[in-house]
Amino acid sequence: MGLLSKRDAALLTDPLADNNPITIQVLGICSALAITAELKASIVMAVSVLFVLGLGNVVISLMRNIIPSKIRIIVQLIVVATLVIIVDLVLKAFAYELSKTLSVFVGLIITNCIIMGRFEAFALGNGPWRAFLDGIGNAVGYGVILIAVGFFRELLGSGTLLGFKVLGDPIEKTGLYAIGYENNGFMLLSPMALIVVGILIWIQRSRNTSLIEEN
Amino acid sequence: MEHIELFFKSIFIDNMVFATFLGMCSYLAVSKKVATAVGLGAAVIFVLAVTVPLNWLLDQYILKDGALVWLGPEYADYDLSFLSFIMFIATIATMVQLVEIIVEKFSPSLYNSLGIFLPLIAVNCAILGGSLFMQSREIPSLGLALTYGVGSGIGWFLAILAIAAIREKIRYSSVPPALRGLGITFIITGLMAIGFMSFGGMLTGGDEEAKPAAAPEVVIEKVQEKVEKEVIAKNTKRIQ
Repeated sequence: MGLLSKRDAALLTDPLADNNPITIQVLGICSALAITAELKASIVMAVSVLFVLGLGNVVISLMRNIIPSKIRIIVQLIVVATLVIIVDLVLKAFAYELSKTLSVFVGLIITNCIIMGRFEAFALGNGPWRAFLDGIGNAVGYGVILIAVGFFRELLGSGTLLGFKVLGDPIEKTGLYAIGYENNGFMLLSPMALIVVGILIWIQRSRNTSLIEEN
Repeated sequence: MEHIELFFKSIFIDNMVFATFLGMCSYLAVSKKVATAVGLGAAVIFVLAVTVPLNWLLDQYILKDGALVWLGPEYADYDLSFLSFIMFIATIATMVQLVEIIVEKFSPSLYNSLGIFLPLIAVNCAILGGSLFMQSREIPSLGLALTYGVGSGIGWFLAILAIAAIREKIRYSSVPPALRGLGITFIITGLMAIGFMSFGGMLTGGDEEAKPAAAPEVVIEKVQEKVEKEVIAKNTKRIQ
């Protein structure tokens, strides 16, 4: 990568695996789980967070020298809230159905701990370009988990991906359904999101044993 | 009666943690010991009980479509609801600061037990979520908003208390190494959520009345539609 120095590239790649915001730092789970029953909603949520975190990190980083440290939380919240309102209005204008599915969870991006966490831990102490890279890296790390969970839940739960019937038609009994496969409707219920994330954590930590926690 | 109904509904059926996953971050981070979990839980009840009614007033008299009509008839077409995120979060952040100052002044002992958690709470999704759900479920009166706030707070309190107790015990069991800590907590929470789903029939007596909640229900409805279509398709085939 000619454009990025090694240190900058690490900002982008670290959060994807070994420092993933969801599975390692345990941030931003709140909004992540409720909307992953469909792959489409997960992708939209991931893109929204990418926008808010990338831009928010830059804004906070530009203002880092003029924010009084006592009221920084409120300043940060206002910056995020403004960005989230933009996302919300754009969604309502161009994808109304989807914004109904996401309901209050778009608004809850404001209190998504990843965003506050990155502002506090990174944007307040670094320049705009590095803060931007850090924001993008973390948002992608978050999005990857979201999309993985959404993928499995939609595939196993309703046998579709982005609405396409990839496993055949359950009514016409084609594809897998012809040999007696049934959709697991339980995957669509909210508790399964937690269990799927638990299993993802399990897989990740068995592959990289240095991440294992001491109780 | 409707107060009692909403109260139990917000504790069990629409439990913040198990039904809508709100406040998961602090739920996972602060649930290692029962004592700290109780402190944070109490602070959440307290702040929800203050902010939900306050935001209800804001929503009703400033933000809603046509809410400004009390200023005069020419304000009747104003719809400021796009500002609700920023107003709600500002209210919450200031209220948390205010509560912190007041508690510190009047009850130092309470401050010592609650105080460290209060700043954490401003960014707890459960608090903002409480206000946003209050808005989207169109809670009709100030009293009900208070009931809703207290009820969801107690629901969150119960959840964090339960998981903290389980995590204290689980330290003595042999969990597979890769699942230790976070992984097993997720899975336990999932199992608890399945348990809490059984409260769904508590108020409706087992009726399949659709709950006005978030995304999962929408999907379930879709699935039900699909199943119905399937049945119809089968029957028509048979007739043919």
